Amino acid sequence: MTLHEIRKLLDAEVLIGEDQLDMEVKTAFVADLMSDVLAFATAGSLLITGLTNPQVVRTADVLDIAAIIMGRGKRPSQETFQLAEEVNIPILTTKYILFEIAGRLYAKGIRGCIEKVGSK
Amino acid sequence: MGGNFDNAGEVSSNIKTVLKQIGLPKDVIRKAALVAYESEINIVSYARKGMIRLRVVPESIMIEAIDEGQGIPDIEQAMQPGFSTANQKIREMGFGAGMGLCNIKSFSDVFHISSEVGKGTHLRMIIRASSAVLNS
Amino acid sequence: MDLESIVKALNLKVRSGEDKLKAEIRGGYTGDLLSDVMANSKEGDVWITRQVHQNIVAVASLKEHAGIILVHGNEPAKDTLEKAVKGGVPIMVSDLPGFEVIGRLYALMSKTG
Repeated sequence: MTLHEIRKLLDAEVLIGEDQLDMEVKTAFVADLMSDVLAFATAGSLLITGLTNPQVVRTADVLDIAAIIMGRGKRPSQETFQLAEEVNIPILTTKYILFEIAGRLYAKGIRGCIEKVGSK
Repeated sequence: MGGNFDNAGEVSSNIKTVLKQIGLPKDVIRKAALVAYESEINIVSYARKGMIRLRVVPESIMIEAIDEGQGIPDIEQAMQPGFSTANQKIREMGFGAGMGLCNIKSFSDVFHISSEVGKGTHLRMIIRASSAVLNS
Repeated sequence: MDLESIVKALNLKVRSGEDKLKAEIRGGYTGDLLSDVMANSKEGDVWITRQVHQNIVAVASLKEHAGIILVHGNEPAKDTLEKAVKGGVPIMVSDLPGFEVIGRLYALMSKTG
């Protein structure tokens, strides 16, 4: 699915990354805890979260996350916005709750990322 | 940098940039950035001040996180998934779920921790530059 | 749709509230920040989270959730489980990540309307 299609599906507003909407994504991770994202999310996935602070972008950057979707009409703080522009990570915001976002994306074929990069 | 969340993660971003320039495998860079980032969050969350040291040799990356702070009274307990002494502020940032040290350990090839109560904590992690090749 | 059919369809392990599985589910909510869940979830929701500490039981019973699904193989902490058993709050566990649990649940719920 492209970010274009995701924007339409979720009636989302693209805050950053208007030029990257052709990007294709296949997997997603939903969480409010960044340590979970760090432990489990794979590169190239969508990050669906209710958080808006700069650590969301840092986490996404560290993991090479494809794009961030903020739910419940949440908008990034100014610092978050600037940082995302700097590291060039798309941010979409939608009024839907995280449950609805994940449900709709799953129905369109997006799957959860469950790989673990670390070796125990 | 203790207590100040505004720039938390900046060091890790810099580390990532440097490692990219060196041209290490993506997977190795990701692990190193992740380990550095969780360490940085720990310093910001729990210490007065601290530093992250990066050393790269052809075979491996060494990351050290050295802080001056309260230290960890019971390391075994602190290493348990889910154990946390985080305050509300840290939790609202999306951390403090008792995963930090576990993540650092599981993404490192070598992990060493020492701590002295009232003085500070010293983490030393090694990530093998060839691990991506070995694992895949 | 009731909890029991979800337990079956998603192969969940039930850790508490076995006698409340006939409860009707009206919707789903996912979130790991308790303040958010307190503010925005609804009565009859099934709450999907990775938080395991005992406050989740208080939130779920205050908001009258149908039940809690813990994802990623997270198990309820000991005092969480005790509280859930005592308060009759169903806690179920899945090995799957939240996204997968939500996706499958959402599909089931839209099928049955």
